[in-house]
Amino acid sequence: MDWSLLVIQLLNGLQLGVLLFLLASGLTLIFGIMDFVNLAHGSLYMVGAYFCATLTHLTGSFVLAIALALPATALVGLAVEVIVVRHLYTRDHLDHVLATFGLILCFDAAVHYLWGPEGMAIPLPAVLDSQTELLGGIVFPTFRLLIIATGLVIAAGLWLVMTRTRIGMLVRAGASNRRMVAALGINIEILFALVFAVGAALAGLAGMLISPITEASIGMGNEIIIIAFVVIIIGGIGSIKGAFIAALAVGLIDTMGRAFLDTLMKLVMSNQNAETAAPALSAMMIYILMAGILAFRPQGLFPPRGR
Amino acid sequence: MAPVVLSVREISRSFGGLVAVDGLSLDVTEGEIHAVIGPNGAGKTTLISLLSGELQPERGEVTFSGRNVTALPAHARARLGMARSFQITSLMLDMSVLDNVMLAVQARDSGAWRFWADARRQADLVEPAFAALDRVGLAARAAEQARILSHGEHRQLEIAVALATGPTLLLLDEPMAGMGAEETRRMISLLSSLNREMPMLLVEHDMDAVFTLASRITVLVNGRAVASGPPEQIRNDEAVRRAYLGEEEL
Amino acid sequence: MALLLLALLPVWVAWANTPFHLDLASRLMILAIAAVSLNLILGHGGMISFGHAAYLGIGAYCVGIPAYYGIHDGYLQFLLAIACSAAFALVTGLICLRTRGVYFIMITMAFSQMVFFAFVSIEEYGGDDGLVIDMRSRFAGLGNIENATTLYYFIFASLLASLYLVHRIMRSRFGMVIEGIRGNERRMQAIGYNTFRYRLACYVIAGALCGYAGALLGNFTNFISPEMMDWTASGELIFMVVLGGTGSLTGSVLGAAAFVLLEEWLSAVTIYWHFLFGALLITVVLFARNGMAGMIDRLGRRAWRRSS
Repeated sequence: MDWSLLVIQLLNGLQLGVLLFLLASGLTLIFGIMDFVNLAHGSLYMVGAYFCATLTHLTGSFVLAIALALPATALVGLAVEVIVVRHLYTRDHLDHVLATFGLILCFDAAVHYLWGPEGMAIPLPAVLDSQTELLGGIVFPTFRLLIIATGLVIAAGLWLVMTRTRIGMLVRAGASNRRMVAALGINIEILFALVFAVGAALAGLAGMLISPITEASIGMGNEIIIIAFVVIIIGGIGSIKGAFIAALAVGLIDTMGRAFLDTLMKLVMSNQNAETAAPALSAMMIYILMAGILAFRPQGLFPPRGR
Repeated sequence: MAPVVLSVREISRSFGGLVAVDGLSLDVTEGEIHAVIGPNGAGKTTLISLLSGELQPERGEVTFSGRNVTALPAHARARLGMARSFQITSLMLDMSVLDNVMLAVQARDSGAWRFWADARRQADLVEPAFAALDRVGLAARAAEQARILSHGEHRQLEIAVALATGPTLLLLDEPMAGMGAEETRRMISLLSSLNREMPMLLVEHDMDAVFTLASRITVLVNGRAVASGPPEQIRNDEAVRRAYLGEEEL
Repeated sequence: MALLLLALLPVWVAWANTPFHLDLASRLMILAIAAVSLNLILGHGGMISFGHAAYLGIGAYCVGIPAYYGIHDGYLQFLLAIACSAAFALVTGLICLRTRGVYFIMITMAFSQMVFFAFVSIEEYGGDDGLVIDMRSRFAGLGNIENATTLYYFIFASLLASLYLVHRIMRSRFGMVIEGIRGNERRMQAIGYNTFRYRLACYVIAGALCGYAGALLGNFTNFISPEMMDWTASGELIFMVVLGGTGSLTGSVLGAAAFVLLEEWLSAVTIYWHFLFGALLITVVLFARNGMAGMIDRLGRRAWRRSS
């Protein structure tokens, strides 16, 4: 096997991992604190991507576009929280699932109406749209490296906020014991809205970062949201640390599986069988991983305490 | 001495740092009502959960009808003949009163693996269920939805459901909780009549009820038995008075 | 009454020459069977499965894959559909049912996505593009269902049979236990039920029934693709059940009917009909919690009060 290929695939896996983390961290917090199932989280990922695409075309700067699109996506998240989500906290999960499923339909149709059925590409500035040579002569797209770096920086930032600040403490306390936060006399409504908006911005950021590679398209969030669910199930709902570890694991396993599983399987079976079975199996790998972990730990790897 | 039905040896269970039940041993023998009393937080409800199998002890052993049941889950213990009532009424509130009891009757034998015949027309379910309701005085309310019963009736239904499983031992978690004087009197006479058929372990706050019914009393403080004996002895036990009963008039 | 209308529909279609209505009603009834099966676990069992469309897909592929190899024996295909769906439900149920609440919702969703991606990546059976079924199931000794009207009555009979089946199951001892578990699982365990096994059995029955619906769907569309088991399709099934009112047998049928007709009607009005659909869904959740069955119930009670 070619080592540079292995390194490149590892980096690709890492890149998918940090994107998943951006999505999953918001999801897991919203679950953990508000006990709310938000299927529409993927829609915010899509909205972020479209905002960023339009703003890039308007301002001519990808970076400026991101800076503007982040608060815009947060605002959309806030609006969703105030208009729909807020009224559902006291309802059961079935209601959450249904209402946010309805939101997905609305968002997809609205994007269709506003931006048309075609996807939107996001042009990258020349600096980013290049290749970087890493150690050992391995060449990797600069922008993908930037995604990995951004993801890691945000993960570190979230970790700092969660462990070192008062608001982070409240959020963590809320994730393990909701009643306690209420008892502390904190304005729950504002805390919830804030967490929802931040989660929306993080999801939007993930969408903005992936779109220059794939382009922004309708329904782009509907597939990745399920993988983000797998991530938070594996990590343990409500746990940022769990989300981080699980996101990287899922990203790496999925990418590596797709890249190398057929080669591996050819070692033990005929070429033809391997070529038929490997794609199916690699598509299933993360779900098998999830099933395996849940069979032993029904609450995921890092279940928040006190539940 | 009468044969031992339930034997608990040195069981312990803690939650986080808090030891709820701490090396407790006690027996329930054939024909007796063994009452467990103690101040709030003494570990009484934890004890019931450990005995019924909802919680597993960290140490110690539970033997029921000569069988070690320490590792068995709740449903398996129930099928061996252990029935419990809940401190906070725990019923199928959206179903009818009769349905609640029928479910308990069905649980007796091979379970409910029958998919076709209309359960509510089966005499072998309905009749025993009515008998159990009759026993607690709820037969007239059989068709009502369980939700609309009064609190006292809910407590009676709790007992009927426990009875309908055909138990050889009743674990009762505060059966008089929240009852008025008249209801309490009725419950006392019900329990003493049931006692002719099966032994009971009774956790209860109502001291009148305890001293009327119990043949033996164990006093639980901080998860440990500080005294155990017949009611007269407990009533006069200085240590018990100091540790728990305090000023209360006995 | 509605059933009588459905029974007579082909006559009207033949008279008015609108085969399109026959198609619509066929699809409606197939989805109604799927909704009824989902209602068994969701409404009666209280298990919010977000992966029920996977069984539709599995059932359909159990018709499509044999047909791809030239096997058109309907008994075999339908048996296979039921067996494979039941097996899938059994294996995934063993894992899913160990979890609660949100975990259960997402795990069922993830497993259905797993099947979705598995079929997407199997090139042999068309992958993404799907698989055309060139010939419908043949039932030796009974004939075939190539004719739209024959197929219609076959689906109609299947719907009636499913409704009767679920009706019987829910009134049986087993059904009582399922209802009891939804009401208070802890108490059911204290009475002596191994509730896990009962829930698993219910999950498997629902899966098998939906697999049967899937086999019908494969026959009806003559074309199967992974698309039909996408998680959004599972969401639509939940919508039907809730729209009709969870736990109500006729409600599921009504819900499926309302869903299919609304979809048909709204999509004729505007290409952005998904927006209206989504908004309707949100409105139903926010304001009409008991679904149509609940609404009809309320209206009925009001009318009753007025008349008396």
